[in-house]
Amino acid sequence: MKELIWLLPAIPLLGFLTIGLLRNFLPKSVVSLIGCGSILISFVMSCLLFKEVYDARSAGADGSFHFELFQWFSVGELRVNLSFLLDPLSAMMLLIITGVGFLIHVYSVSYMSKDPGFAKYFSYLNLFIFFMLLLVLGSNYLVMFIGWEGVGLCSYLLIGFWFRNSSYARAAKKAFVMNRIGDLGFLIAMFFIVVHFGTLEYTGVFSQALGLSSGDGVIVGITLLLFLAATGKSAQIPLFTWLPDAMAGPTPVSALIHAATMVTAGIYMIARSNILFTLAPVTMQLIAIIGVATALIAAFIALTQNDIKKVLAYSTVSQLGYMFLGLGVGAFTGAFFHVLTHAFFKALLFLGAGSVIHAMADQQDMREMGGLKKHMPITHSTMLIATIAISGIPPLAGFFSKDEILAHAFAQSPVLWILGFLGALGTAFYMFRLLYLTFYGDFRGTAAQKSQLHESPLTMTIPLMILAVLSIFGGALNIPEALSGRMWLGEFLAPVFAGTNQRIEPFHLSHQTEYLLMGLSAVGAVAMAIWAYTKYVRRGDVPKADTDNVSGGLYRLSYEKLYIDQLYDALVSKPLQAASKFFHNVVDKLGIDGVVNSIGELFYSSGKGIRLLQSGHVGFYLFMMVIGVVAFMLYGLLTL
Amino acid sequence: MDNIIQQIHGVPLNHYLIFCSVIFSIGVLGVLIRRNVIIIMMSIELMLNSVNLLLAAFSAHSGDPSGQVFVFFIMALAAAEVAVGLAIIIMVYRNTKSVDIETLSRLRW
Repeated sequence: MKELIWLLPAIPLLGFLTIGLLRNFLPKSVVSLIGCGSILISFVMSCLLFKEVYDARSAGADGSFHFELFQWFSVGELRVNLSFLLDPLSAMMLLIITGVGFLIHVYSVSYMSKDPGFAKYFSYLNLFIFFMLLLVLGSNYLVMFIGWEGVGLCSYLLIGFWFRNSSYARAAKKAFVMNRIGDLGFLIAMFFIVVHFGTLEYTGVFSQALGLSSGDGVIVGITLLLFLAATGKSAQIPLFTWLPDAMAGPTPVSALIHAATMVTAGIYMIARSNILFTLAPVTMQLIAIIGVATALIAAFIALTQNDIKKVLAYSTVSQLGYMFLGLGVGAFTGAFFHVLTHAFFKALLFLGAGSVIHAMADQQDMREMGGLKKHMPITHSTMLIATIAISGIPPLAGFFSKDEILAHAFAQSPVLWILGFLGALGTAFYMFRLLYLTFYGDFRGTAAQKSQLHESPLTMTIPLMILAVLSIFGGALNIPEALSGRMWLGEFLAPVFAGTNQRIEPFHLSHQTEYLLMGLSAVGAVAMAIWAYTKYVRRGDVPKADTDNVSGGLYRLSYEKLYIDQLYDALVSKPLQAASKFFHNVVDKLGIDGVVNSIGELFYSSGKGIRLLQSGHVGFYLFMMVIGVVAFMLYGLLTL
Repeated sequence: MDNIIQQIHGVPLNHYLIFCSVIFSIGVLGVLIRRNVIIIMMSIELMLNSVNLLLAAFSAHSGDPSGQVFVFFIMALAAAEVAVGLAIIIMVYRNTKSVDIETLSRLRW
């Protein structure tokens, strides 16, 4: 089985090629069969591979397998192979990608059924899974980079899926450009790695890195560049503004790419390189600060958004911030645990939102919704579960993962914990606000919409139910010791973080402190849920229309997304455009064109003068020739 | 053979030089002054042959036959040149009914 690992990414690629090439000939049923079937096969294979790793771990081995497919190229001392690494970390990621990916494929069959680009959509989705698997499976940085770039491309294609709408196309471009800024960091980091370690293979790099002292300049530089790449892909300050705009794509795409899988690539990459990052405490501190700042700011913005997908987008940014906070304080397992649980409940939230949007005839504004509970019972109950999970109310998944991160943060510095706790309160509030505005109260849409309200078909609700079950029980994977759990995930992943665990001493909090922290966050989340209930259900507050949105201060600031888009526009876009204009009008037109044109002018005018010698009188030519010969002769005589 | 060389040596080299210069100058003047294209061709022939004569004279006087080899090359070249030149003149004549060189003054920018 293990030898066939190359089939795992190859099957989605085959699916992409088949659907992509034959998209005009295959009927929709065949397209959906190939599209979902290829991912299902990959999922089954992932399960089998996971079992291999699991068995190896149970037997006491480190559960890591290396597969070398072929040597890609070799330049000088550097040899780069196309090779795969299967270890506990990548095995878990495989399960998330193919499992959640499969559910979302199934969901998409109904969601996209009326779209003319049905086949194109599924080919892109399969291509995305291919690149994501490549990213996760690669055993060196270059293979990871191929996947990294590939998922960026698919993200671009799918955000701009309805490219006839120019604002959607702009959103796609924005996502691509922002990602490219980060990718540059990745590329330069790879150059540094090659120069200093002479290899791109993880094993080689990490074993050499362990010999370096902590805080070595090289390591700090490499990790900072890798972190820049992660901020681009995983939407952190300062490169996070693309993710909310990425909601222009179809909703299942937001669930798959912009919530569950691609945006966690940055966390995967840092977790994979945990040894490098542990050796660079400066970078770790920066990651923690950026992470908590992103978590807070995104949660603050999400409080007042009215577009259901925008709220979820900012929520994703905020949750990714928590994961980075976890990485920054050395809680690699915790961060990865949050990746896992977040994949479940955030995919569920997006798919639920898609179900609502589907029922509301493409209405995304929560002010036009309300009272959907009785029309869409399954969507409502699954969304409720996801909301409780993300808010961190025990015993659902989000509570355990968020709490592990926050506990580590508290051990590092109580300030980080307080900020993280504030963000968690915000999370609970905006998520319950979303839930109440959408499903409770009276219906606020048009009569036509009301008559059309319906629960989504089973192909859409079954993925919701499966994800809801996962959101409930996902937390059981890593129940902390304080709650007499056995930290299964932490043990399972231990070999991946072995090098780090030697360097960082494990955090020590007394069980009382842990109970206190858990209690505080649980009580806080419940309090926020109740506050949101009184505000939006009991009192029936509905956010005001855009036109008379006069309430000032913080509300305005949050509603306008802290003016960050405007700030970037003024600081980056405008100066760039002005510089482009300057270079076009002055440097290009006057400088470069001027030189080229004046050289041409010179030859033209000199030719105009000299051609007068060409009189046409042969006698004159001959005369000139003789004069020339005589002149040469005289010259020869004189210089003799 | 020795006899011939002795006879050539009988005429001093200076005489050859002067004679060839005169013929060459006549050729140059002919080219410059005459308007008939055929005459100009003949004048060019004169120049070439004056040079040939000079080469042969130097060759004999210095006892080095390579000068005479050059003469053969120049003769072959002259033959080719005349063939092409005459062909051009015939074409010009067919078009203009004249061999006056001034009729070609239209060939310019």
